[in-house]
Amino acid sequence: MDWINAIVQGTLLGGLYALFAAGLSLIFGVMRLVNIAHGDLIVLAAYLGLSVSTVLGIHPLVALALVVPIMAALGYGLQRGILNRTLGDDLLPPLLVTFGLSVILQNGLLEIYSADPQKLQAGAIETASLQLGSLALGYLPLLMFACSVAIIAGLQWMFYRTALGRAFRATSDRQDVAQLMGLNRAHVFGLAMALALAVTAVAGVFLGIRTSFDPSIGGGRLIFGFEAVIIGGLGNIWGTLAGGVVLGISQSIGAEINPGWQVLAGHVVFLAIIALRPRGLFPRMD
Amino acid sequence: MSEPILAISALDAYYADFQALYDLSMHVMPGEVVAIIGANGAGKTTLMRSVSGLIRNAPEAIRYRGEAIGALRADQVAARGIALVPEGRLLFPSLSVEENLLIGGQMHRPGPWSLERIYALFPVLQERRLVPSTALSGGQQQMVAIGRALMANPDLLLLDEISLGLAPVIIKTIYDALPGIVEEGMAAVIVEQDIAKALSVSSRVYCLQEGRTALEGRSDVVTREAIAAAYFGM
Ligand SMILES: Nc1ncnc2c1ncn2[C@@H]1O[C@H](COP(=O)(O)OP(=O)(O)O)[C@@H](O)[C@H]1O
Ligand SMILES: [Mg+2]
Repeated sequence: MDWINAIVQGTLLGGLYALFAAGLSLIFGVMRLVNIAHGDLIVLAAYLGLSVSTVLGIHPLVALALVVPIMAALGYGLQRGILNRTLGDDLLPPLLVTFGLSVILQNGLLEIYSADPQKLQAGAIETASLQLGSLALGYLPLLMFACSVAIIAGLQWMFYRTALGRAFRATSDRQDVAQLMGLNRAHVFGLAMALALAVTAVAGVFLGIRTSFDPSIGGGRLIFGFEAVIIGGLGNIWGTLAGGVVLGISQSIGAEINPGWQVLAGHVVFLAIIALRPRGLFPRMD
Repeated sequence: MSEPILAISALDAYYADFQALYDLSMHVMPGEVVAIIGANGAGKTTLMRSVSGLIRNAPEAIRYRGEAIGALRADQVAARGIALVPEGRLLFPSLSVEENLLIGGQMHRPGPWSLERIYALFPVLQERRLVPSTALSGGQQQMVAIGRALMANPDLLLLDEISLGLAPVIIKTIYDALPGIVEEGMAAVIVEQDIAKALSVSSRVYCLQEGRTALEGRSDVVTREAIAAAYFGM
């Protein structure tokens, strides 16, 4: 029974990892940018959630109504102000600049919020659970998982069914020809980063409700996001959800065997999958 | 005499240190079809890329409806009503046929062209509208490239070697569509290797040679000898 529980809890955790991964994947897909600061942006969103919910005295999930647009605006500004200047034929400048951004974010958060662990208080819903036989499913993890699936579904729909998604795909295919169609690449990239950070805002607040956080944990979230993207197969949005779930289950089964093995088990499964299927479990057909 | 829709004067265009166009001047009147001919490497594609904003130049070197557009970005040029059918077609491989057309129309400029009208012009595209653009034959891809440019409802259409690599019967289909495209007053610049074809569809012709204008004339009076001389620099 503990195993079934581990798998179920791991699946729910996987929804969160898929949210970590979705923003990374979107950015890489549209502009071939590997954002080293992604994990720190997740942590930034958690802190924003903390400030908004304590200053206004509102529930952290309600605070999303402010955190999401703030992060989206930040993403657009960041892209147009800084990151667009780093994009070109050379992959190194964006890596270096986002690495620098990661350092700045960590130290900035440390300066403002100190190194003390924080947590977002979600109230009574945190302990409420649905009893299924001997399985106890927390309402909050269930709600967050459902939101993650809905966000992934929304991204999939946006990418393949809307004019914005078409613009993203066209720009990703051929930037110069997309420009001929009247799409300003700098603006399209800004929109992609805005959307990615809107998703990241949700991921950060969910993270802060689930576990305690401090300014140093961004790197770990970045790795989980990367692993979920690669396990699922680059360029496949549903694959990213599957990748997050595989990672979450691996971690919770690892923890079930030995509490110290949680993170390690995830890495081992990740390595095994890229060794056996270098393009991930569900590579995009093309 | 009305104003030219496109006026190029003293255009020098560069790829880094390499100069590809020298002191080039030309003009296109509203509703006029102008042909550009010239040997491989003469600078025809560079000229198309310059006008459409993919290569940025001195602002005053290119005027469109009197406005200096030489230094604008390609999306700003497109918004003003200039559309390019690029050499090699350059469709978006991740987009279906219909999505390629829709992205061409994403600026929503008003005008006669719509999906329905493109499908009426090239019915085969309607049958294949949901397949990836990469699954089409070369001729069908060229129809998509032309349709994609028309979807922008341009006032000036630039066509760069639309017959390149296509079978004669397909080339005929595509060129037969041309009069229907320009009949409503759209101006067009056609780059074409086939000199007879170029002369038959245009009212004036420019011949480029090594980045310079070697000949300019009315398509119906220019002689083969003059073209041969301009082509090969004899
Ligand atoms: N991307 C490029 N970089 C450097 N030189 C180029 C580039 N594209 C074309 N050229 C050079 O510019 C000149 C004109 O090329 P192009 O405009 O493509 O000629 P055309 O279309 O008439 O065949 C040629 O000498 C060609 O080698
Ligand atoms: Mg050419």
